[in-house]
Amino acid sequence: MRSISSTPHIRDKQTTTGIMGAVILALMPATVFGIVNFGFKALLLIIISIASAVFFEWGFEKITKKKSTVKDLSAVLTGLLLALNLPVSVPWWMPIIGSFVAIVVIKMLFGGLGQNFMNPALGARCFLVISFSKLMTDFSYIPGFGGTDAVSGATPLMALKNGEGFDMLSMFIGNEAGTIGETSAMMLLIGGMFLMFAGIITWHLTFSYLLSFVVFITLFSGYGLNMVYIGAQLYGGGLMLGAFFMATDYVTRPVSRKGQLIYGVFLGVMTGIFRLFGPGAEGVSYAIIIGNLIVPLIEKLTVPKHFGYGKEAAK
Amino acid sequence: MMIDMFKNTFKGGIHPYDGKDLSKDKPIKEMLPGPELVFPLSQHIGAPAEAVVKKGDKVLAGQLIAKASGFVSAPVYSSVSGTVKAIEKRRTTTGDMTMSIIIENDGQYEKAEPIHKMRYEDMGRDDIIRIIGEAGIVGMGGAGFPTHVKLSPKEPDKIDTVIVNCAECEPYLTSDYRKMLEEPEKLIKGLEIEVSLFKNARGVLAVEDNKPDCIKLLREKTEGHDKISVVALKTKYPQGSERQLIYAVTKREINSKMLPADAGCVVNNVDTVISICDAIMNGEPLTHRIVTVTGDAVKEPRNFKVLTGTNYNDLIEAAGGFKEEPAKIISGGPMMGFAMFDTNVPVTKSSSALLCMTKDEVAMYEPSACINCGRCVDVCPSRLVPSLLADHAEHFNEEEFKALYGLECVECGSCSYVCPAKRQLVQSIKTLRKICLAKRKKA
Repeated sequence: MRSISSTPHIRDKQTTTGIMGAVILALMPATVFGIVNFGFKALLLIIISIASAVFFEWGFEKITKKKSTVKDLSAVLTGLLLALNLPVSVPWWMPIIGSFVAIVVIKMLFGGLGQNFMNPALGARCFLVISFSKLMTDFSYIPGFGGTDAVSGATPLMALKNGEGFDMLSMFIGNEAGTIGETSAMMLLIGGMFLMFAGIITWHLTFSYLLSFVVFITLFSGYGLNMVYIGAQLYGGGLMLGAFFMATDYVTRPVSRKGQLIYGVFLGVMTGIFRLFGPGAEGVSYAIIIGNLIVPLIEKLTVPKHFGYGKEAAK
Repeated sequence: MMIDMFKNTFKGGIHPYDGKDLSKDKPIKEMLPGPELVFPLSQHIGAPAEAVVKKGDKVLAGQLIAKASGFVSAPVYSSVSGTVKAIEKRRTTTGDMTMSIIIENDGQYEKAEPIHKMRYEDMGRDDIIRIIGEAGIVGMGGAGFPTHVKLSPKEPDKIDTVIVNCAECEPYLTSDYRKMLEEPEKLIKGLEIEVSLFKNARGVLAVEDNKPDCIKLLREKTEGHDKISVVALKTKYPQGSERQLIYAVTKREINSKMLPADAGCVVNNVDTVISICDAIMNGEPLTHRIVTVTGDAVKEPRNFKVLTGTNYNDLIEAAGGFKEEPAKIISGGPMMGFAMFDTNVPVTKSSSALLCMTKDEVAMYEPSACINCGRCVDVCPSRLVPSLLADHAEHFNEEEFKALYGLECVECGSCSYVCPAKRQLVQSIKTLRKICLAKRKKA
């Protein structure tokens, strides 16, 4: 008996697992750089974070008697993103709590992959920052492998906000204080470009996010069109990680191109507000989390114009 | 506007592996049918034909065996000479059992009289449309809509573009390609006949640009022709979908509630137009068609000139049989064709291909949750949100399905093709769409 099925009978080779794998691959330059910059403990935190994220997803599905979905690699990606959003100084149990919040509370309780309204890794990071603010904002670290001198942990963005000096080149390359994965704008750009060339993400969202952010800080920072200041704002903090890897999370961004452009503008403005007028130096995480919440509204407003009903319709 | 005019295509669509190299370079081969031919009474959209022969009757090749039972209907002709063996239900390519006339082939191929003896020059508009209807010509691209109905719009003077769909955007299919190369004169003559029916019309041969040899040949043959031109289309699936094709050629959009005539267009398939030429010029009814027999399971993929009623198994044999046991056999192309569990079915007027694949790509993957990646939105030629429509379809939310214009789906399957979660998007959408359309018809 031959198999029969509904049309179409051919399928593109791209799969959910393939996409998740590509994003993980794209994060590798920044991950490796983070490990080199922050030392062995960074690697340990990444491993704990990924392992616990996978474990929680597997365990939740075991308990609720659902089919296991850990093979789709999305839990691995969530675990990795969460770790990249932690400072290296946090205790070993921090990523475990984070993974629990990300996987169980934000993702699985809402129905699993595709059903969460908020980016799990970012939601968990915000939860940790609020719950353990002291630990989560301690950016001191011992650089690299075999280093002995601890670096006091002012991130370049903090320095910028306090009007202190910073080194633009090292901000771009990333040997600075910060979370494990956010410091190297260069490595994140390499990964982001890879995602665009591989067709995993398009330019729309990232571009409109970064552009609107630049416009906002040009208008309201008081520095005007100061390239050094703008560059530091772009390379500093979680903006690159956020704009290429977090905001572009399929599940929690609008589905249409037009919606993505609008969403990007919203994120750019929110990030600008948080960074310039908020109490902290950072703003990307909160901007994206709040952005996630208005996505359904953007979706409603940007339904594509159906074929045969536009201005080119006959009659 | 001018810049748009250069891009003869639509927004969306996909680029699947086209598989056309398997069969495109071999000329069309004539093949003879086996001892038994099956003629379903319903090979078209509309009322089934009524049998005019009975068991035991002798028939000739090209003899009427079932007459049209209304305006939207089409007659059926025997393609061989022989004896009517039975009139009974037989399985067709879609898997349905359909009332059919079964004829025992006497192997003599004795021809009946032509269906008319008029000269084209003496025919008026009504004669041409009547003869096309009497010849049993229907849309041979797959839908099977009676051609004489298409050619009789309410306001014929408003028709300004007669398009021949030479896109052949379905992967693997090369029958239109071969026809264009081998019988360009007939194709152009058929189009001329069609254009002559509408006083304000021009004729367009719309060819995808992956067939540069066809474009070149047809341009040469139509050079200096004041009413017929060749338009090169961007190669992309579903470029041959009627609404997308009309848009690519004229930049006019129609929706599901409109007919091509509302955009001033008539669209016909290559084989259909050639059949029009045969019927008008030579009085031949529709008794044969070109079928692509292809796929990686077939020994010698190529195109065949096949008599309607021929068994699919004979087609497989003509192509040298299988070199490997196929996992899936499809009547038509891989995007919109029907998967068959039984190949003991007849070739009908709208059977464009027999595709035998060693791998069933659908069974290789298991559907999983939507990750909202938006690929289906990017490719949808009707500019819908297939992921959302499929959600509503799966929950039978008719109202929301209609509010999101689910009825505008052209069922091309591009969404299912690209979906990385391997959701059966078009299958779900199609199911609810059929129910909604049936209700709309009733109301």
